[in-house]
Amino acid sequence: MRHLVRVLAVGVALTLASSTVAQTIGLSLSTLDNPFFVTLRDGAQQAAADLGLELLVTDARDSVSTQVNDIEDLIQRGVQVLIINPTDSAAVVPVVMAANAAGIPVIAVDRGIDGGTIAYFIASDNVAGGASAAEFICEQLGGTGPVVELEGIAGTSAARERGLGFNTFMRESCPGITIVARQTANFNRAEGLSVMENILVAQAQIAAVFAHNDEMALGALEAIEASGRDILVVGFDATDDAVAAVQAGRMAATVAQLPAMLGAQAVEAAAEIIASGAPAETVTVAVGLQLVTE
Amino acid sequence: MSPARINWREVFARFGLVMALVALVAILSLLSDRFLTPSNVVNVLRQISINAIIACGMTVVIIGRGIDLSVGSLLALTGVVGAGLAVGGLPAGFAILAALALGTALGTFNGLFVAYAGIAPFIVTLAGLTIFRGAALAYTDGRPITGLPPLFLTLGSGTFLGLPAPIWLMLAFLLVTHVILRFTALGRAVYAIGGNEEAARLSGIPVRRVKAFTFAYSGLAAALAAMVLNGRLNSAQPSAGVMFELDAIAAVVVGGTSLFGGRGGVFGTLVGALIIGVINNGMNLLNVPSFYQQIVKGGVILAALLIERIVATRRT
Repeated sequence: MRHLVRVLAVGVALTLASSTVAQTIGLSLSTLDNPFFVTLRDGAQQAAADLGLELLVTDARDSVSTQVNDIEDLIQRGVQVLIINPTDSAAVVPVVMAANAAGIPVIAVDRGIDGGTIAYFIASDNVAGGASAAEFICEQLGGTGPVVELEGIAGTSAARERGLGFNTFMRESCPGITIVARQTANFNRAEGLSVMENILVAQAQIAAVFAHNDEMALGALEAIEASGRDILVVGFDATDDAVAAVQAGRMAATVAQLPAMLGAQAVEAAAEIIASGAPAETVTVAVGLQLVTE
Repeated sequence: MSPARINWREVFARFGLVMALVALVAILSLLSDRFLTPSNVVNVLRQISINAIIACGMTVVIIGRGIDLSVGSLLALTGVVGAGLAVGGLPAGFAILAALALGTALGTFNGLFVAYAGIAPFIVTLAGLTIFRGAALAYTDGRPITGLPPLFLTLGSGTFLGLPAPIWLMLAFLLVTHVILRFTALGRAVYAIGGNEEAARLSGIPVRRVKAFTFAYSGLAAALAAMVLNGRLNSAQPSAGVMFELDAIAAVVVGGTSLFGGRGGVFGTLVGALIIGVINNGMNLLNVPSFYQQIVKGGVILAALLIERIVATRRT
């Protein structure tokens, strides 16, 4: 029954859509249960309205098979460009190849796709996020002081890029800051706590901590509060817990992704493809991030 | 040989492991002047408390010739359920007791499959590892639980006679486990089964019930560790405890308990947990880069086992 309703709904939508002359883009989202993706969709819809494009949005509710059906429907509908936010980077490859075969360029947003031909990959710029955390700490400390870096799981792209942005900024633009300890706590709250406890023993002077994610930052915060010392803590991801800690004044800041920008940039890339064709190789578009300080 | 001479071979055999720990401590205190301070000693003891509590349960299982890979996931599940019940309005004391009961029940679940269905402990608890993790994620919808009542925090951050509560809980659980293993018929039955299951059966030991008990006890230990971790983190994570089973097994084996069952004890396990905890702490104090930490940790564990093995071979 639900399926029938869905088929009818898609059918009605497609009939209505085909009666217009606007260029059509398909956006297949992994889920709309998560506010992050709702905001991404809103950003995409706003950009499409501004550019005079028609945007068809589907919601896979985090099911790979639903998403494959959604994308097949969009291909049948004859969209000019497909924007895919995959539920699973590997599972959508066959249907991406089907889109390629039908001559429809594909844009990946937020998560990458493991195969097929991808025209654009739109994702958050972790390097810039690390740099903005560094800039914030530099400003708060007046350009000088001992700082601790809690690293994510060694070898992951998030840890590498966030650390790269942070350390490059400190080295080049804030030479008065010394990184007195740089240790991994594996993106984990319990390890953030114990590693920070150890660093507190080792370092008599610490002015600030930058953690590659909020879980480690919140663990470090417990250690710092127990020690009674006054240390600035900056995290990454803007999870609910971390934003609450920032609002309560326990944490100084956390770096937030901008989902609306991700959606808008994806639609703008689609407009670019419609205007002047798909690029020869995948173009990666890094979307900026925002510091949450209150 | 004059009777007054010290038999060094005997000393090594009995205290080889403790001497490895002492050597490690001596090296680290030379490298960092902050290592051997009272506050850091308390810090290390508090940090190893969670692993040591889990490893006590693991010791009982391994002496009975089993293995329990599910402890990390079991810790996550009991942790979030205990926290969830308390946040949902159940008095904190009851929520903690419910979590401990749940841990014992889930351990029993493992034990029944091992003892009565005759499935290998490795497989049963590997299934438990994924089932309990999935249940923890489903129960919390993947999000941490915060806003725990004060009693939880007391378990993690309270102090008694100047020492943090986790250290007291660790010592108490260690002592209870030691008494069960050494001074009760149940404990002797665990050793007997680990040594020779068939002989134990023929001598009238209820092998299945005792085996199930070892897993139930490991479940209780993991749940107790979960309560300590909740208190330390002021929250409960469904992602807590990933890979904790390996740290616990390492502590047990480094501590001289045989993976083939029948030999060992919890005081060795405490020394094993201390060796691992001291390595982690020392590497943080010395600011060892993260890529090298894993190599150093594995290397030191291998070295400790090698020393133990050389000593053991000489003994026989």
